[in-house]
Amino acid sequence: MKIGVCIKQVPDTEARLRVGKDGRWIAEDDLPFVINESDEYALEEGLRIAEATCGEVVAISLGPERVKEALRKALALGASRAIHLSDAAFEGGDALATGRALAAALAREGFDLVLTGSQSDDVGYGGTGSVIAGHLGWPHAWLVMGVEIEAGGTAKVVREMESGLNEVFRVQLPAVLEIQAGLNHPRYASLKGIMAAKKKPLDTLSAADLGLAPSEVGAAGSRLEVLSVDFPATGGGAQRIEGSPAVAAQLLVEKLQKEARVL
Amino acid sequence: MAGNVWVVLQQREGKLHRGSREAIAAGQKLAAALGTGVEAVLLGSGLSDLAAEAAGFELAALHVADAPALADYTPGAYVGALAPAIRSAAPSFVVFPHTYQTVDYFARLAQETSSGLLPEILDFESGADGLVFRRPILGNKMHARVRTKGSGTVLVSVQSGAFSADDARPGSAPVSPLALSGTVAADRQILEIQAAGADQIDLTKSDVIVAVGRGVGGADKLGPIEELARALGAELAASRPVIDSGWLPRDRQIGSSGQTVAPKLYLALGISGAIQHVVGMKGSSTIVAVNKDPNAPVFGLAHYGVVADLHEFVPALTAAVKAAKA
Ligand SMILES: Cc1cc2nc3c(=O)[nH]c(=O)nc-3n(C[C@H](O)[C@H](O)[C@H](O)COP(=O)(O)OP(=O)(O)OC[C@H]3O[C@@H](n4cnc5c(N)ncnc54)[C@H](O)[C@@H]3O)c2cc1C
Ligand SMILES: Nc1ncnc2c1ncn2[C@@H]1O[C@H](COP(=O)(O)O)[C@@H](O)[C@H]1O
Repeated sequence: MKIGVCIKQVPDTEARLRVGKDGRWIAEDDLPFVINESDEYALEEGLRIAEATCGEVVAISLGPERVKEALRKALALGASRAIHLSDAAFEGGDALATGRALAAALAREGFDLVLTGSQSDDVGYGGTGSVIAGHLGWPHAWLVMGVEIEAGGTAKVVREMESGLNEVFRVQLPAVLEIQAGLNHPRYASLKGIMAAKKKPLDTLSAADLGLAPSEVGAAGSRLEVLSVDFPATGGGAQRIEGSPAVAAQLLVEKLQKEARVL
Repeated sequence: MAGNVWVVLQQREGKLHRGSREAIAAGQKLAAALGTGVEAVLLGSGLSDLAAEAAGFELAALHVADAPALADYTPGAYVGALAPAIRSAAPSFVVFPHTYQTVDYFARLAQETSSGLLPEILDFESGADGLVFRRPILGNKMHARVRTKGSGTVLVSVQSGAFSADDARPGSAPVSPLALSGTVAADRQILEIQAAGADQIDLTKSDVIVAVGRGVGGADKLGPIEELARALGAELAASRPVIDSGWLPRDRQIGSSGQTVAPKLYLALGISGAIQHVVGMKGSSTIVAVNKDPNAPVFGLAHYGVVADLHEFVPALTAAVKAAKA
């Protein structure tokens, strides 16, 4: 099977976040970036299916120059090719605008299956994969916790429901499956993989290459406009317990006994 | 003048999802800000009893799509039923509860109807910038203030608990069938719903829970945590990444995809406080958070907060608990 996997590069969850100069987004200059968590699982699932079917994985990412690093990692992990959607016009898109651009690139490839993550760890729209499916006219499923490719062009899919229930169903391929973190154990890149990645093709496509007008993509093609970002007030809640570990632990135990009466 | 606000109610097996009432409350508040009316939509099969219940709110209309093809939820059938109705009525906003079902199909519905998509709002205000919505970003560590632009309908989902179900004003809505003009057909063949196995641990029964998050750093670092749990007579639980990484089994997950607990004491160690975790433990009587990041959102919800490296703090806490119990 020929499988397309959409990977987004996002700030490391451990990173110290700051509001950027214009107040509209976080300061990105000194942030470490990583592959979005659920996308790592999507990539791993794609690689496993490709291995089982003698197929290939093509990794696709939309974003600034730095996303090439995420694509190189995907190549090191086993993708055969990578596509970078690179254009200033692509920046700042909502799920509809980003999905439109990704779909235009995916449509040129003749994939049998497209995998995305279920949600990006930065903007978290949870919708880009479904928008892609709409443009391609394929079925889709969000929050996928299991994929079994069946003979006859279908897949058996396990989808997470609330409170620990799972729904199992069959979909016709090609489809877009939006993978939830936890369905496999992503591999690590080997030195051999990293060396091999250097020779693998990494193509770049602009809006014009995809036949898209700048007004259809990125911030201009979006229905959402972010006015500002801020830190929610957290101060109000917790009573802070201060001191060295031993002192704080002693104080906490006293509070739990005498104030909260739970010990 | 802006079109009415629509609210899409979620139901399963004859029961309204509790998020549906919260969505009605949000829809009524939004309509008041816009100076328009609110209408609701209910989809399913064999809905007469539920329709009577759903009509008990202050709504200009309740539209009921009652068809065998809507008996089981599938994105194909739901988009097929809703898209033509949204295109012809052109509501200003369509409000959904932010559930796993909604997220599964509403982006597709937005794409299909050329609507905007505004997922997971926490709140909104109406001011000089127009209607400005607040939504979580970066795992709830930050918020974004967002407004919509361009023309046409916007699909918006409301985060669980952000609007109070009690604020949904009661009334008596006229009920009418929703005309199904397009193809309403399933795009997946449902095979089964898997419930949690009987062998799974039931964390709802324990009075004290020690929960670890990604901050614990690895399965090999769980020893001191287990010792603390033993000293407290507590069950061990975890946030999702801990389970996804295989450090603890899946039946110990707390949150929207895991168990919902409300013990007397919940210790959150190295857990940031993402909403999907918080919905599973916010009902706990006393919450203690230990985190090295003083800005971690979990401190907004905890009763007691310790800013510390959990690997230094946990052994000290175990010693203090043992001393207190001796
Ligand atoms: C559809 C969906 C469903 C989900 N369902 C669930 C669910 O059921 N349950 C769930 O938990 N999550 C769920 N999630 C994931 C959720 O969004 C968060 O990603 C997750 O809860 C974060 O877990 P965490 O707090 O352990 O990790 P992080 O957010 O990475 O936080 C780790 C924390 O540890 C702190 N830390 C690091 N090192 C130390 C140290 N040495 N000492 C003290 N503190 C330290 C850091 O400051 C940080 O605050 C779901 C996500 C989606 C999209
Ligand atoms: N800029 C991007 N480049 C590649 N894939 C993306 C991009 N944005 C979103 N995606 C994919 O869509 C999924 C859902 O993202 P979102 O709708 O932003 O929550 C992600 O997990 C990615 O797989």
